[in-house]
Amino acid sequence: MSHLELKNVSKSFGRVDVLHDIDLEVMDREFVVFVGPSGCGKSTLLRIIAGLEKVTSGEVVLDGKVVNNVAAADRGLAMVFQSYALYPHMSVRQNLSFGLENTSTPRAEIDARVGEIARMLRIEELLHRTPRQLSGGQRQRVAIGRAMVRRPGIFLLDEPLSNLDAELRVTMRAELAALHKRLEATMIYVTHDQTEAMTLADRIVVLRDGRVEQIGTPLDLYNRPANRFVAGFIGAPHMNFLEGRFVVGEGNSAEVELDGGHRLTLPISVRPAGEPVMVGIRPHHIGLDAVGAGIPAAVTLVEALGPETIVHAEAAGHRIIAALAGQRRIAVGETISLFFDPQHLHAFDSEGRRLPEGA
Amino acid sequence: MTVESSSEAAVSSRIAGILLAPLRWAMGLIDLPMSWVQRRLGTGGVVAAMLAPNMLIFGVFVLFPMFLNVLYSFTGGGALFLESRVFVGTEQYETLLDCRTYLDPASCREDRFWRAAGNTAFFVIVQVVLLVLVSLITALVLNREMRARGFWRAVFFFPVLLSPVVVALIWKWILQRNGLLNAALAQVGVEPVLWLVDRNWAMFWAIFLSIWAHLGFYTLILLAGLQAIPADLYEAAEMDGTPRSRVLARITLPLLWPSLVVVILLALIRAVQVFDEVFVLTGGGPGSATLFLVQYIYETGLAQQVRNLGLASAASILMALVLVVLTLIQLSATAWRERREKR
Amino acid sequence: MSIGSFLTRRRGGASWHFTDVLAWIWLVSGLILMFGPVIWLGLSSFKTRAALSEFPPTLLPYETRMVEVEGHDEPLPLYRVTTEDGEERLMVQVRRIGTMAQMADPEHPEETVRVPLQAREPVRELQLATENYTEPFERLNFLRFFYNSVFVTVVATIITLIVNSMAAFALSKYEFKGRAAVLAVILATLMVPLSVIIIPLFSVINGLNLFNSLWGVVLPTVATPTGVFLLRQYMLTIPDELLEAARMDNASEWKIYWRIVLPLAMPAIAVLAIFSVMWRWNDFLWPLIVLSDRELYTIQVGLNSFQGELNVQWQYVLAMTVVSMLPVVVIFAFLQRFITTGIASTGIK
Ligand SMILES: Nc1ncnc2c1ncn2[C@@H]1O[C@H](COP(=O)(O)OP(=O)(O)OP(=O)(O)O)[C@@H](O)[C@H]1O
Ligand SMILES: [Mg+2]
Repeated sequence: MSHLELKNVSKSFGRVDVLHDIDLEVMDREFVVFVGPSGCGKSTLLRIIAGLEKVTSGEVVLDGKVVNNVAAADRGLAMVFQSYALYPHMSVRQNLSFGLENTSTPRAEIDARVGEIARMLRIEELLHRTPRQLSGGQRQRVAIGRAMVRRPGIFLLDEPLSNLDAELRVTMRAELAALHKRLEATMIYVTHDQTEAMTLADRIVVLRDGRVEQIGTPLDLYNRPANRFVAGFIGAPHMNFLEGRFVVGEGNSAEVELDGGHRLTLPISVRPAGEPVMVGIRPHHIGLDAVGAGIPAAVTLVEALGPETIVHAEAAGHRIIAALAGQRRIAVGETISLFFDPQHLHAFDSEGRRLPEGA
Repeated sequence: MTVESSSEAAVSSRIAGILLAPLRWAMGLIDLPMSWVQRRLGTGGVVAAMLAPNMLIFGVFVLFPMFLNVLYSFTGGGALFLESRVFVGTEQYETLLDCRTYLDPASCREDRFWRAAGNTAFFVIVQVVLLVLVSLITALVLNREMRARGFWRAVFFFPVLLSPVVVALIWKWILQRNGLLNAALAQVGVEPVLWLVDRNWAMFWAIFLSIWAHLGFYTLILLAGLQAIPADLYEAAEMDGTPRSRVLARITLPLLWPSLVVVILLALIRAVQVFDEVFVLTGGGPGSATLFLVQYIYETGLAQQVRNLGLASAASILMALVLVVLTLIQLSATAWRERREKR
Repeated sequence: MSIGSFLTRRRGGASWHFTDVLAWIWLVSGLILMFGPVIWLGLSSFKTRAALSEFPPTLLPYETRMVEVEGHDEPLPLYRVTTEDGEERLMVQVRRIGTMAQMADPEHPEETVRVPLQAREPVRELQLATENYTEPFERLNFLRFFYNSVFVTVVATIITLIVNSMAAFALSKYEFKGRAAVLAVILATLMVPLSVIIIPLFSVINGLNLFNSLWGVVLPTVATPTGVFLLRQYMLTIPDELLEAARMDNASEWKIYWRIVLPLAMPAIAVLAIFSVMWRWNDFLWPLIVLSDRELYTIQVGLNSFQGELNVQWQYVLAMTVVSMLPVVVIFAFLQRFITTGIASTGIK
């Protein structure tokens, strides 16, 4: 059983307020990912959960008990650090067993557990080496192993893959996901890479400037971002945004006139005419309009990736990125007609909040 | 030196691990009370416990004496402990500073103090100038492309490690009446000289000796400064056909200047405290020709039949003032150099 | 061309430049001036008392060969004598009278001849007076001095390392109230050398009953601000994440100190250890003040007392000077690079 709850957690370093009123509940065996831009407070939040940092106000509740004043070691959590923080003067084996020695675990038990973890992570041949003699991926495994040996209730991982090269990162990501299933453990994972967040998470917590912007499953966040920030942060390439105003339309769906004069029908309820609105559309939801009735756009750059073609274009003063399936014959300078899938249009008010969908 | 770059650290710590098994055991034992402190008083208690031994020793043997020194300088009489000494106000300072004319030590009440002060001032000025000059030249020579630089560096450096007594004895033996130097001079027909009996020669050898003993230290610092100057600057100058004297004046010396300032100040601070080597070499003599301040303090306060602790304390305070001023300059110079290096 | 030009030349040219010559002159005279005296000390330390008082001195420890001769209790010195007819003979000197010497054939000592002093030349051979090294240990208490020095050096170094590293750890890895004040005090005392507080320190030592005891020599030197600074500077470079990882691994703060920080600070600790050994081994003024009993003298104080005697026994003084240098020379031989980089990067001595 490992159930974590944060209630109104705030944190300041001196006069700098880093976290504001964070509320969060993490269920047993859940994989929760904190994402957000650099400096938004992800690490700080994780370190508060770990007990390495004290809250300024609010409560950290672990399995129903407030643990604000419980030392890090006694919370029964394990952490994987961004820099791995392997003890450079100890062999891999000593790194793995150090924590168990500190809790006076019998030698036989330590050896058994270390052996088991080493087998599971395929680092058996490395046990006698020091961290300096390991590759990045191997260090990564040892760091995770050191956390696993102690059989913690919750794993805390702070950007564990950020020091790896792109290819290794994809492999390790898959391994982590498999490990989570196998260990049936709760994991809280920090990253600023939204792909990692999307692929690993049961639920994602998006942070910005020390505030929670949205909490939800990856698809929730992708399909129904609560605000412009989340909409722009989740999904690659980023969502396109176009400014416009509501106009009086027919029926009970809202109609928007974009700055260029083009009109779109949004899947939300009617809004007062003249109200400014930000329309969002993901690159993958843009197509080419065969009859040329779409939004005309001048192509500025074409990236042929093979399975899809990314087209950068300019329409009505906006830069638009479209991801078109397959390989297309489009040349720079050409004018194309873009079609926005009305099902997948997002609308945000002037404060950036998502406008409620129509009934 | 950083943690990452010290690849020997792991190896050496493993060796140490075997050799220091008893230490490990002792440390493990200390862990018991320390963990108890940590549980009861929190991390702060442990921190306090770790600072305590150092602070205690430091307090008793450094801070407290510093404070006592001031008190002693306002007391008189022959008693050793403060409680039985008599308060005399500024009398000791007045005694020290009482002179009819300050240019003539003989006219002062405490003429030995003035002789020591004068000798020290002379020593400091001449020794520091020569020491820095010789170190600088040596560093520049050692910084040239050369084979076996390590050997040459060691040649100039090793006396730094010798004790002052050893240094003094080595030279005392050479400067003896039938010593090596007189023998060498006899070869060219010079009469033997009693080097340490002549006032001027005694001072000369005192200065020579201290330069001989310490030049390696300053050379090393300057050499490090020189090697920090990027080689491409020299290459660029060479490409431009800059004359070498200009390279020295316009590139080397300006870039070396921060290290030079530190070296000058360190040498000044050390020179003011000159004692050991000269004391063993000449005993301050002949007469008071090589009597310096520390020896004056030592003899006045501790080595005479009648100890004059008050007078010696007052003299220490005056000397400490000079040192504090020099050190403050040195610290700000170091800070200045660090700031400069960051840029 | 000025003197400056030779000093700045860094890259060797194809041909010899006159600055190369000047640099070599500097180096070679440096070699003679720096090494010469020490070698002279070493050579002299193997000469007998008689050889030491010779003028001009010989380079190597030569001794006149002595021959056991019948009818004489003591061995007699052997000479090469040029007789009046120009013949060379080996003879022993039986006694010397004014400008003449009474010489004899070693085979027939009873027949003596008188020979003018200038007509004879001593027969010399290389002989090491090793008794210079052994006798001070046997007769002059030198072993005691040696032991005292070793005791002071080892004990002071161990205490220095433990006490300073603990303080440095506390001052580098924890935030607490008063930390800045402690650092400021330590920094402030960096500028007050022992030599200006000898008077009050003497009374403190007396008050603690440490006068004339080796502990009185050790204790005032062990809380070196320099050591704390050196170690703290190094410990600051150890990433805090390592300590946090250890904290998550259930390590107590004390355990973090000795299992994580201490091993990782080994390079700095080693530098401090070497410096401390050198400082304590070479200390002179303070032991001179504290120790009044000959039994308790350290080597340095002992050497000084030997050389201060009315009738200096140079043969012993020189030999013991060599002995007192040995530890430092050994350290230097093995750790030269370590020491020089340590000094260059910290600026302490
Ligand atoms: N010990 C500290 N003292 C003062 N400010 C701090 C401290 N630690 C973090 N901060 C500040 O708190 C804010 C959040 O830091 P945090 O490390 O949590 O960011 P992050 O989201 O993990 O960023 P990154 O993705 O770059 O790791 C930053 O603005 C940082 O400057
Ligand atoms: Mg972070």
